[in-house]
This record gives sequence, structure tokens and C-alpha cells, in this order.
Amino acid sequence: MQSANMRPFGPIVIDIENITKHYVMGEETVHALRGVTLQIHRNEYLAIMGPSGSGKSTLMNMLGCLDTPSSGRYEFNGKDVSSMDGDELAEIRNKEIGFVFQTFNLLPRSTSLRNVELPLIYAGIDPDTREERAAQALRDVGLGDRMHHKPNELSGGQRQRVAIARALVNNPSIILADEPTGNLDSKTGEEIMSLLEILYEQGNTVILVTHEADIAAHARRSVHLRDGLVENDTLVDSVGLESLVYT
Amino acid sequence: MRRLIYELSESWKIALAQMQANKTRSMLTALGVIIGIVAVTLMGTAITGIQTGFDKSMSILGDDVLYVSQFPWTPMSDWWNYRDRKEIKTEYAETLNRMIAATPKSNLVTAVPTSNITRSVKYEDNQVSNIFVQGTTADYTLISTVDFTAGRFFNDAETKSAASVCVLGYDVADALFPSGSSIDKFVQINGQRFKVIGVGARQGSFLGLFSLDSIVIVPLPTFKRFFSAKSESDVRVKMKDKTKLVEAKSELTGLMRRVRALPPEKKDDFNINEQQAFKSTLDPVKNSIAIAGLFITGLSLFVGAIGIMNITFVSVKERTKEIGTRKALGARRRTILLQFLIESTALCLLGGLIGLSFAYVLCFAIGKALPSFPIQFSAALVITSMLVSVLTGLISGFAPAWSASRLDPVTALRYE
Repeated sequence: MQSANMRPFGPIVIDIENITKHYVMGEETVHALRGVTLQIHRNEYLAIMGPSGSGKSTLMNMLGCLDTPSSGRYEFNGKDVSSMDGDELAEIRNKEIGFVFQTFNLLPRSTSLRNVELPLIYAGIDPDTREERAAQALRDVGLGDRMHHKPNELSGGQRQRVAIARALVNNPSIILADEPTGNLDSKTGEEIMSLLEILYEQGNTVILVTHEADIAAHARRSVHLRDGLVENDTLVDSVGLESLVYT
Repeated sequence: MRRLIYELSESWKIALAQMQANKTRSMLTALGVIIGIVAVTLMGTAITGIQTGFDKSMSILGDDVLYVSQFPWTPMSDWWNYRDRKEIKTEYAETLNRMIAATPKSNLVTAVPTSNITRSVKYEDNQVSNIFVQGTTADYTLISTVDFTAGRFFNDAETKSAASVCVLGYDVADALFPSGSSIDKFVQINGQRFKVIGVGARQGSFLGLFSLDSIVIVPLPTFKRFFSAKSESDVRVKMKDKTKLVEAKSELTGLMRRVRALPPEKKDDFNINEQQAFKSTLDPVKNSIAIAGLFITGLSLFVGAIGIMNITFVSVKERTKEIGTRKALGARRRTILLQFLIESTALCLLGGLIGLSFAYVLCFAIGKALPSFPIQFSAALVITSMLVSVLTGLISGFAPAWSASRLDPVTALRYE
């Protein structure tokens, strides 16, 4: 029942099987994830939704390799990341994941160019290539004329574009956007969403984490979490109509 | 490896940007290090100065001269055992010289007698008191490196004829003849007239205890004629080879026992002193002064280091979110550790450089104001204090940098 303009999925990038995560907070153990199974293919556009406390953020941290699960299996591009140590995870984050944060998280005293260069420094790329690639990434998001501006000289939308350029610069396997429009007005938010749409069209894998349905509607697939479990996982066609229950 | 270099250069840039962004804070923090480095550096210069002065004083004694004296130079807790010894007679020198000449392959060269007494010296209306009047022979030039600003030392003929001539120390000449030459003028010592034939070059003081320039040297026979009462004498013997100290010393001991006609069962009733023994007595004292001094000034540097540690902790706290972002973008633990270590080191280095320049200026000023104060600025000192600054930065920055590197990326990202 896939609609005509739905592209076939590429190989599996993220393969999560029955992962759990619990935190011990004082006397209490909080079960943030109670067994989530999820597969994400190359060039998917997926939204992870859910009310606060649903485990949405925890799942995002797992997907972003910022944290490791308490139990379960997580393979990223075929590599088992669930047992990796901090530095190995840093390597994966650096090469495979492009983060876009709600609060942009740019370094305030560095220019756009320097901000975008950052992942390349950690990747050990030489200065000339670094600058060239960072400049290209900025041009790609339409900020070719804002390279030497510092964040406080840019508008919110421009800041988020810098952050997106930074996420793209290392050609990651996935772009992980956590409430990317949360700090923007709706018009600017729409601009950012169209940019993500373009990136998706260009073949990137985009994972959106949001609690706003109209933002999630941009994605082609939405995963709803509730109480640490996947409540439903649906494919959405390009006009945003629900079409199929996935799995 | 290349990655490490990029991370390091990035860290330097961040550190400099950070200092620029927090100028006041950085300067205040660096102030602690500045004070510490100034204190440590000045103490260092003083210690080197003391060392140099000490070495200079020692070289005046001569490293190839043995001193036959009544008392040992090393501290004695039983001075009464030495008090009743027969005093050293200047005549021993002649006897010793005959013996040395008669000994084949002797380790000794020549023996020179000296006698000392303290007297006032007068020229016209100028008078200086507490002057060391020394009687010796023309051979004195063989065992001592006497330089002259004017004139010469007395010769053998003047010695033998007990001529009333004298050689003035630099300060004596300076005080008695503030303007003009002293050569061929007559000074009065103890009411006796002496013709000045030479003026010694400036030598400074011996361990800061007494000036070697407040001295008047006269021929020994002349000395005996006028000042023999209550004078103290010793005999100085030059060695042939200063590396054969032990042999020379035992040879001289043997000769002196013959001079004193000591039977084998009797102990030596004289002492043979030399620079080395003196040095080994004073070295521990000097070293403890150095250690105590460095420890006390080191404390101020320690306080500075605590300031650096504190501000680095603050910096880590303030930039927790930035650390989280950097970690999300792929910074490893090492990267973060280096970043904060370099920040604290850069601060310390800044403090060190400023402190060093202050210390340099102070040294210069002290050197100008108090020429006699032993203070010395050296390249080694510059390098050492820079190393100390870097080390202080690394040590004081380590705890905060370590805690930053261990931050959980999730917690750090969420930190507001």
C-alpha cells in the first residue's frame, strides 16, 4: 500500500533490538525504555514522537550514541555500539551522526566557519581541507555570505542553518535533529523544515525528535513512544496522510 | 598523531580566545602566579648570587693552597683542646721550604708565612680603623692571585731589608686617598710611616663577613718589628698538583710534625686547612638556606596554583554545555582533557612571563641600588621559571580538566 512517490528503502543503518534503559535515581529506578525494537534504513525520514516522559529523549540519546543501553542490541551500520566505550562512541558520533539541537549549541565566540569546522578538527582533517569543506557546507545551507559572522550576529534561523551545516560537514550516516524548530518562530521553523526536506531529497537519512505533530508531519515515517515502548510505527505519505502501520 | 596536533592547536586557540574574553578574570588569576613566579625567581637569583659569591670567596682562598694554622676552619665543639696549642711561627715557613727542597718528588711547591693584626691606618687627616695589617714575604705573589690597580707588590730585597713599604687594599686606598694617587705617599700605621708602593684590585668580601679590600700588606720583618704583639700567624703552602690534595696534605703533616719534633705517639698540635674542607662544612648550610628559601617562596606559587585550579573549575562548570556539544560532535576524553589543561597552562605561562619580566626589572633595580647584594639573573633561571609555570599549569589544571573529560555527554548537553 506504499504510495507511488515513496522511495524504496536502502540498507539498514540503525538496527535496535529490544533495548532497555533504566536510571537509578536515589531509591527509585526509572525505566526510561522498556524494550524498543526499531530498524532505520538509509534515506529514511523518520520522526520520533511522544509526550514528555515517554522515553523519547532517552531513545534519541541512544540513537545518537551519546548513551549506551542497559540491555538489548544496537548495531549502527553493522557495528555493535551497545558495548562501546566513551571514546569509541565519540568516534561514531563524529563520523556517522550529525546533531541538530533545539538550542543550536554553537560556540558563541567562534565564527560560523569555525563552528562548522569543529567536527572536522576532531576527525583529524587538515586545516585547508577543513576550511574548504566547512565553507561548502555553509554554502549548501545558504549561508555562503555569513561565514565570518559569530552566532550573536545571526538570526535564529541562520544559527540553526549553521548547526545543520555543522551536522552535514562530515557526511554522516544520519542527521539527528532534536526539536530543531523548538526555539524558532513558525515561519523560520518552516524554512528549517524545508531545508531538512531538501537534505532528505538529496539522499540523507533524517531523524527528527519532536512532540509537535505538524513538525513530525514532514517526516515519511513516525514512531510514537509511550511509557518507554513503541506505541505505533507508521509510514506517512508525502502529503502527510497516514497510510500504513509499519511492522 | 596528526589529529593530536590539530587538537592541540585548536586548544591553544580556544585558550587564547578564552583569556581574551575574560580579561579581568584571567589577569586576576594570573596575578597569583605572577607573584609566585616573582618570589621564586628572586629567590632563585639570590641563591645563584650566594653560590657565585661563595665560589668567588673560595677561589680567593685558592684551591691549591694549604693553610697551616693553630685552629681548624671547621666548627669545633672542643675549642679548648686547641687553645693551648703552640702558636704557628712564621719561621716554620723557612724550615718547611728547606725540607720541601730536600724532598724528591715533593707534592709541595713553597711555603709562605703570614702574620695578621688589626690596626688603624692614617693619611694626613683621613683615618680608617679596623684594618687588617698583614705581614708576609715577596713569595706571597706565588700563592695568591693579587691584581693591582696601581704599583706593585714588594720584592725580596724590600722584604729582607725590612723596608717600610706597604701595599694597600682597594678600600683602604679609596678611603685615604679619595682623590689622586696614593703611590709613593706615606701612610701611618701605629705611628709608623709606610711608603705606599701598590694598590690592590677590588676583591669584594669573603662570604660577606669581612672585606678583602680593607687590608694593608707589609713585609714580614717590618711587621715583626712594629706589630709582633698579639699577632696571629699561619703558613700557607702551595701544592704542585691540586688533584693530589690527600698526598700533599699528608706530606705537609709529616713535615710539620718534624718541625714541631712530635714523637709518634703524640697527636698533631696544628691544623692543615684547605678550601675543600671549608666548603664541605659550609655547603650543607648553604643548601638548607636554599631549600628553605625556595620552599617559602614556593608556597606563594602554590597559592597561585590554587587560584588557577579554582578558575579552571569555574570555567569547566560554566562551559559544561559547550563540553557536551563538543563531545556530541566527536571530541574524545583526551580532547577535552587537553583543552582545559592547555587553558590552565596558558594562564600560568602568561603569569610566568609577566612575573619573569617583573623579576628581571626588580633584579636590575636591586643590582643598581645595592651592588653588594648577591643577585644574578641567568638564562637557566628563565628556562627554569618557564618550566615551573608550565608545570604549575599542568598540575593545577589537571583535576578540573579530568573532571571535564569524564563528563557524561548527555548530562553535559542538558546542563543549563
